[in-house]
Amino acid sequence: MKITLRDVDYVASLANLALTDAERARMQRDLNAILEYVDQLSELDTSNVEPMAQVSLLASVANPVVAPLRSDELRGSLPHDAAIRNAPQSDGTFFRVPKVIER
Amino acid sequence: MSDDLDLNLLTVSSARASVQERQTTATALVESFYTKIQTEDRQSGQVNAYLTLTRDRALEQAKRMDSIVDCGNPLPELGGVPMAIKDVMVTRGIRSTAGSKLLDNYVPPYDCTAVSRLEAAGAIILGKLNCDEFAMGSSNENSAWGPVRNPRDLTRVPGGSSGGSAASVAAGTAVAALGSDTGGSIRQPAAFCGVVGMMPTYGRVSRYGLIAFGSSLDHIGPLTKSAKDAAIILRHIAGRDPMDSTSADLPVPDYEAEIGKSVRGLRIGVPREYFPDEMDADVRSSVEAGIKLLASSGCEVKYISLPNSRYAIPTYYVLATAEASANLARYDGVRYGYRSPNAKTLGEMYRRTRAEGFGPEVKRRIMLGTYALSAGYYDAYYLKAQKVRTLIARDFTEAFKVVDAIVTPTTPTPAFKLGEKADDPLAMYLADIFTVTASLAGIPGVSVPCGRSKTGLPIGMQILGRHFEEGTILRLAHALEHTRAGVST
Repeated sequence: MKITLRDVDYVASLANLALTDAERARMQRDLNAILEYVDQLSELDTSNVEPMAQVSLLASVANPVVAPLRSDELRGSLPHDAAIRNAPQSDGTFFRVPKVIER
Repeated sequence: MSDDLDLNLLTVSSARASVQERQTTATALVESFYTKIQTEDRQSGQVNAYLTLTRDRALEQAKRMDSIVDCGNPLPELGGVPMAIKDVMVTRGIRSTAGSKLLDNYVPPYDCTAVSRLEAAGAIILGKLNCDEFAMGSSNENSAWGPVRNPRDLTRVPGGSSGGSAASVAAGTAVAALGSDTGGSIRQPAAFCGVVGMMPTYGRVSRYGLIAFGSSLDHIGPLTKSAKDAAIILRHIAGRDPMDSTSADLPVPDYEAEIGKSVRGLRIGVPREYFPDEMDADVRSSVEAGIKLLASSGCEVKYISLPNSRYAIPTYYVLATAEASANLARYDGVRYGYRSPNAKTLGEMYRRTRAEGFGPEVKRRIMLGTYALSAGYYDAYYLKAQKVRTLIARDFTEAFKVVDAIVTPTTPTPAFKLGEKADDPLAMYLADIFTVTASLAGIPGVSVPCGRSKTGLPIGMQILGRHFEEGTILRLAHALEHTRAGVST
């Protein structure tokens, strides 16, 4: 078993996920099964291979199809009331959240 | 409304023609689709493709189309065509859930570009379609709103994640639908439900307004009854959009004209890795029959190899989950969506909101992706997978030097039973084994029906093409449909 329960807790804290005990055990089992399968990637020698992060870069070798940046000009944005309309809690001007300082 | 109009048989062009030629009105057509949806989709035990009906918006658009006809003017190309949209595309003023409880009450302030382009071309949006939560799944069983059932056999899954899109088209409760495809989510359900599903080249269709899953892999595309319908719809949703910097600034061809051309002389590659010895016998015989038909239409068949294909599933599930873990960090209960009422501090609110809002598969993928990106594992998993992605893309580059298209089965088996793989994530991931390679390479792919299993379940053939050569693969799909129709009649 590569992944310990301690690893599960650490990753859950990075991901801001609260897990129940049953979920922790299940997660440990599933992640170990998946990672064991993923480990076959180590069979491949990739020491001289460039990583590929975006397809459009690849496509652009043949076709310069992507204009990476738009021109720097002022444009309209979402009206304030539309932007906060979906907020679970707001005071009409700002999003409201629980206390930030935890002590 | 004319009673002799069979909604199940309507295509994009025949739906438009029925309104244009006053066989019916757009308004009456919309009403009869809603009646069909109420009686065939929404009752318990039925297909469950629709999550939200967009009645007001549909009737308003129908009225616009009817007044065009009343004035004696020609309808736009999608004028009066009733369509539906996977609920991962946002719609202004209409709740957009991505199949998640977390977005139950989310009412977006803007429209997805693909949706507004459809409407600008006259299409009528009937509603929003069920899908796996945040498009993560291969069976539609991960929806917070219950699974979709396969209209061809209600005990089976429709595939996923665009299960509602494929099922609505197969059931005739929409003439055509939009879906999204990250690792096979358009093509696999299309194959399971016996419809056409097209994933365009990465960048061909703007992703603006598509709720993000894996941003380097996400695509929007059509699910339709025919390659011709897919060609018509693709032309309207494709093209540069200033709101998506990865959308390609290339002219959009007339795909409908392209599919009319002959397939004679096209070289089609059959990769041996997609036909393993242990493969499903019905899938093998249907796909091989399809290849024979293409050969009889004048295609040259070449046997090729895509040697790194076997690494595609592990590569995909590292990269897609890593991207997902970053994309889904935005669901924190602050600006929109669900917020846990059970938290006293901000940190607790984040953790509980996400724990209570996300389903098990989404949590699993966030965890896997976070792990793959975490300190100490980034090189071994994320960077490694990005390098293998290069190798998989290179396989295709090499293959397309000697062939014009590649044909494979879309799925290893026909539609499986509801619940059959629900408890085994790895078995579920393997349902995407033939579709993830094209997603990683960013090339276009279409699934087209090529036969049925002995028990009558649809089987799909996947046709892959070079970047931005959607016309070629749609042409082959169209040719296959026509030679098959010729054989079976």
